[in-house]
Amino acid sequence: MALPPEAAGHAAESSGLGGGGSAAKPHARRDSVVIRFAGDSGDGMQLAGMQFTAESALAGNDIATLPDFPAEIRAPAGTIAGVSGFQLNFSSREVFTAGDEPNVLVAMNPAALKANLDDLPPNGVIIVDREAFNEANVKRAGYATNPLTDHSLDKFQVFQVDVSKLTNAALHSTGLNNRAVFRCRNMFVLGMLSWLFQRPIESTERWLEGRFRKTPELLNANLLALRAGFNYGDTTEMFASSYEVQPAKIVPGLYRNITGNSATALGFVAAAVKSGRPLFLGSYPITPASDVLHELAGYKNFAVYTFQAEDEIAGVSSAIGAAFGGAIAITTTSGPGMNLKAEAVGLAVKTELPMVITDVQRAGPSTGMPTKPEQADLLMAMYGRHGESPIPIIAAATPADCFECAYEAVRLAVSYMTPVILLTDGQLANGSEPWLLPDADKLPPIKVEFASDPNGFMPYKRNPETLARLWAIPGTPGLEHRIGGLSSEDVTGNVSYSPANNELMVRTRARKIAGIAREIPPTTIFGDANGGDVVVLGWGSTYGAVREAVKQLRDKGKSVSHIHLRYLNPLPADLSDQLRKFKKVMVAEMNMGQLLKMIRADYLIDAVGCNKIQGRPFKVNELINRISRLLEG
Amino acid sequence: MATALTRKDFVSDQEVRWCPGCGDYAILAQVQKIMPEFGIPRENIVFISGIGCSSRFPYYMNTYGFHTIHGRAPAIATGLKITRPDLDVWVVTGDGDGLSIGGNHLIHALRRNIDLNILLFNNQIYGLTKGQYSPTSEFGKVTKSTPMGSVDFPFNPITVALGAHATFVARSVDVEQKHLGETLKRAHGHRGAAFVEILQNCNIFNDGAFNDVTDKAIKADHQLVLENGKPLVFGKNRDKGIRMNGNRPEVVTLGHGVSEADLVVHDETNLSLAFMLGNFEAPLPTPVGVFYATNRPAYDAAMNAQLAEARAKQGEGDLAALLKRGDTWTVS
Repeated sequence: MALPPEAAGHAAESSGLGGGGSAAKPHARRDSVVIRFAGDSGDGMQLAGMQFTAESALAGNDIATLPDFPAEIRAPAGTIAGVSGFQLNFSSREVFTAGDEPNVLVAMNPAALKANLDDLPPNGVIIVDREAFNEANVKRAGYATNPLTDHSLDKFQVFQVDVSKLTNAALHSTGLNNRAVFRCRNMFVLGMLSWLFQRPIESTERWLEGRFRKTPELLNANLLALRAGFNYGDTTEMFASSYEVQPAKIVPGLYRNITGNSATALGFVAAAVKSGRPLFLGSYPITPASDVLHELAGYKNFAVYTFQAEDEIAGVSSAIGAAFGGAIAITTTSGPGMNLKAEAVGLAVKTELPMVITDVQRAGPSTGMPTKPEQADLLMAMYGRHGESPIPIIAAATPADCFECAYEAVRLAVSYMTPVILLTDGQLANGSEPWLLPDADKLPPIKVEFASDPNGFMPYKRNPETLARLWAIPGTPGLEHRIGGLSSEDVTGNVSYSPANNELMVRTRARKIAGIAREIPPTTIFGDANGGDVVVLGWGSTYGAVREAVKQLRDKGKSVSHIHLRYLNPLPADLSDQLRKFKKVMVAEMNMGQLLKMIRADYLIDAVGCNKIQGRPFKVNELINRISRLLEG
Repeated sequence: MATALTRKDFVSDQEVRWCPGCGDYAILAQVQKIMPEFGIPRENIVFISGIGCSSRFPYYMNTYGFHTIHGRAPAIATGLKITRPDLDVWVVTGDGDGLSIGGNHLIHALRRNIDLNILLFNNQIYGLTKGQYSPTSEFGKVTKSTPMGSVDFPFNPITVALGAHATFVARSVDVEQKHLGETLKRAHGHRGAAFVEILQNCNIFNDGAFNDVTDKAIKADHQLVLENGKPLVFGKNRDKGIRMNGNRPEVVTLGHGVSEADLVVHDETNLSLAFMLGNFEAPLPTPVGVFYATNRPAYDAAMNAQLAEARAKQGEGDLAALLKRGDTWTVS
C-alpha cells in the first residue's frame, strides 16, 4: 500500500486503508504521511490544507507544507487551469520537505485528479468526491471516459466518498442555499481526514468560530460539515482503520505554525521594535509577496506604517523617503517589481540610506508563473543596477528562517547604512513549518544612532570600522545638509565630478559591503567537517530537499555533505577553504546556475550545477539521483 | 531658540549653477525670502527634488535636502511626510520631471492629498538634456527631437492637477516676485497637497515662452489675476473682464452697458469654475493665482490617526505577545 510501512514494533492491522469493516476500528501507526488536497480554486482546498496542518502541528508532528495554486483566482470551474493544491508532510521524525510524492491524494473533481495523478506512486490512496465525477466535469477535465469506472485507476486505492451528498444531508436543517452548502464540502473532507489520521478538530472549530464570528449561520454550517466528516470516517465501513502519526522528537520549546511571508513580516516588526524606530513598508501588490503587506497592515499599534503605493517604483521610493527621515524602511516585491525598483535602489546605494528590499522570487522571465517559486533573481540582486552598486544579500532557507533573515537584514542595513536585499521565494512565502518561537528579549540588539552633534558634522563622515556614514535625520538642529544621486565628495558630500574622488567613493562603498563578511559566522558543514567526496552547496528554499537527500545518501554510507548559505553577498570569508576540502562541489539551485557562476568566478573552483527551472522545488529523489551520478562519475 | 531667521539663513554654501538669466534664480530668491516668515526652524524643513534643472534647487537651500532621481520626488516625499508629519516638506519639480517620467507619482500624491508643497517649474522644454520638447510644449513645436514639429498634444499642469483632485491648485510666474511670494505663502498655509505651477523662462532653449504674461508692455492685457470673491477683471486699464455667454466664457470690455456685475466672480471652492479657468487659452487671458482650494483630510494625517487609534484601542504593541499569537504548542 502507499502509506509508509508501520513503525517498528507495531503490528499491521490491515494492508491498506480499506478492507472489511470491523466493529472497533484499530489505529495503525505511521512514521510520516504526505497528503495532497486538490480541487477547484474555489473549493477551499488551501484552507482545508492549512487547517489540517494546524491540527497536525498541534498534534506535535514535524510538518512541511507546499501550497500550489494557479495565478488565476477563479479559472473556469472544473478545468485543469483552475486546480489548486496543498501538500502537507507530517511526521514523527524531522522533516525537511513537503514530500516528493503524496501518499494520499484528495481530488474534489476530475480535473484535480488529472492534474495530480502523475505524482501519485502506484498503490497510492485517492479519495474523491464521487458526485463531482459527473459527465460534464469528466469532459471538462479532458477525460474521454470516467476514470472512476474505466479501470484506469486500478493501480491505485480509490475511495469514492459522496462528499457533496453527505454534506448536503448534514446541512439540510440549516436552510442554506445550495451554493453555501457546496462551499462547506472542504470542511467535510477536513473532518473525514482528521478522523482518518486521528487529528483533534478542536483547533479547527476555534478557527471557524473566529472566521465566521459575524455570520453565525455559516459558522454553524461549517461546524456541522466538519463534525459530519469526522463522524463519517468513524462509522463508514470504507475505512478499516485510522492512522496515527506520533509526535516528532524536535527541539523542546514553544512552537507555532508559520508561513514564510508571516515570518518575514514578524521579523521586520521585531527589528523595528528592537531598534526603537517606526517601521515603514512601501509596497505595490504583487504575487507572491502581497501577504507581507497584508500582515503588516494589521500591526499599526506597533508603529508600523504600510503604504500601498501607486507602483513598484513609488513603493521603494517612499521607503527611501522614510529612511531619510529615520524610519526602519522596507519594500516588498517579486521579480518584475525588482526590475522596476532598480534605479531607486541605486539611489539608496549612492546616498547610503538603510533599507531592506524583499524579493519573494517567482518563476520568470517576464510575468512567468507568478505563483510558482524560482531562484533566478540572484544575479539581478547582485548586479541588476547601473554603475558599481554593491548590496548585501541574505536568503532565507525555510519558512521560519524568514524571521531571522528579515531581522538580520534590518540589522545589517542600519549598522552599515546600506540597502540590503532579502531573497525568499514563493515556496517559502506560502509554505509553512513549526517555528520554535524566539525569546523576544534575547533577539540581538539593533542599535540605531542618529548623528546629533553639529560640531564638525559632515554627511559622509564614516565609522572607521564599518565605514558606515552618519545617519543624520531632518529635525536635527545644525545638521542641515543635502544628499543626492550625483557623485559626491568624500566626507562633505558636496557634488563632485572629480575623477579620483569618484573612484574613491566607489571603492569605499565596495569595501564597506565586503567588510560585512567579518560578521558572518563560520560556515558549517553538515556531514564531513574535514572534507569528503561531494559537497552540495545550496541557498534559499532548496535547503529542505538538499538536506534530506544528503541525509539519505549519508545513511547509505556515501561521503556527501551539505553547505547552505544565508549570506550571498558578501560570501562567508571561509567558504572557499571549506569548499576546497571536497573532491567535488555541486551547486543546487532553481535557476540556470547563478550561484554556480559566482563560485566559479570568485574562487576558480570547478563546481558543477544541479538546476531545475520548472517552478517546482527539487524532489529529494531528483537530488539523490544527480548526486549519485556525480559520486560515480 | 526664538531667534528670527532672515533670507540669508536659507542660502546654502553651494554655488548656484543655473545658466545666467534662468528664471530659476528668481524663484529661488523668492522662496528664500519668504521662508523666514513661516517661523519654522530650518532643521524642520526639507526640499526634495527629482532630476532636471529645477531639481538642483535643494542644493541651494540651507535646509535639509534630497536631490533624488527622475520623477520620483513626490513618492520619496510621501514616505518622508507619512513617517515624519512634523516636517515641512517641499517638492521641486519641472514639466518633464513632474508630468512626464514622474506623472504617475505626481497625480497620486495630489489625489492622496499628502501634505506637501509641490512647486512645478514649467518652462515647456527639456533644459538639462539640451532642448527636447516636453509634455507641456505646444503642439507643432520644433525642437532637436521634433525637427518637423511636435505631434504630441501637451498637458496643461493646472487641469492635470484639478483632474487628480488636488485640493490646492495655483499658478504664478517666475518674475512676478510679489505674486509668486503671496502664492507660495498661500500654498504653504494649505493643509494637504498644494500644487503651484510656476511659469519659468528657459532663456537658453525656450526663451520668451511666456512673453505675453511677462512682457511689461503687453502682460496686463494677457494676464488675469485671480482673486477670490472678486470679478474677473484684467487689462492695462482694468477695463476688460470675463463674462459668461451661455455656458462659454468671453472677454468683454467694461462700459457701454457692461458693468462688473455682469462678470464672473472668482470662487476658489468651485471646481467647475477652476476647470474652466484652467482651460483658458487665447484670445482669453492666462489666469494666475489660486484656481482652486478646498479642504480634505490629508493622507499622512489620516494614516497617523489610524496608528494612534490602533495604539489607543489595542495598546502599545507587545512583541513577545505578537510572536506567540495564534495556536501554539509546547514540545517538552
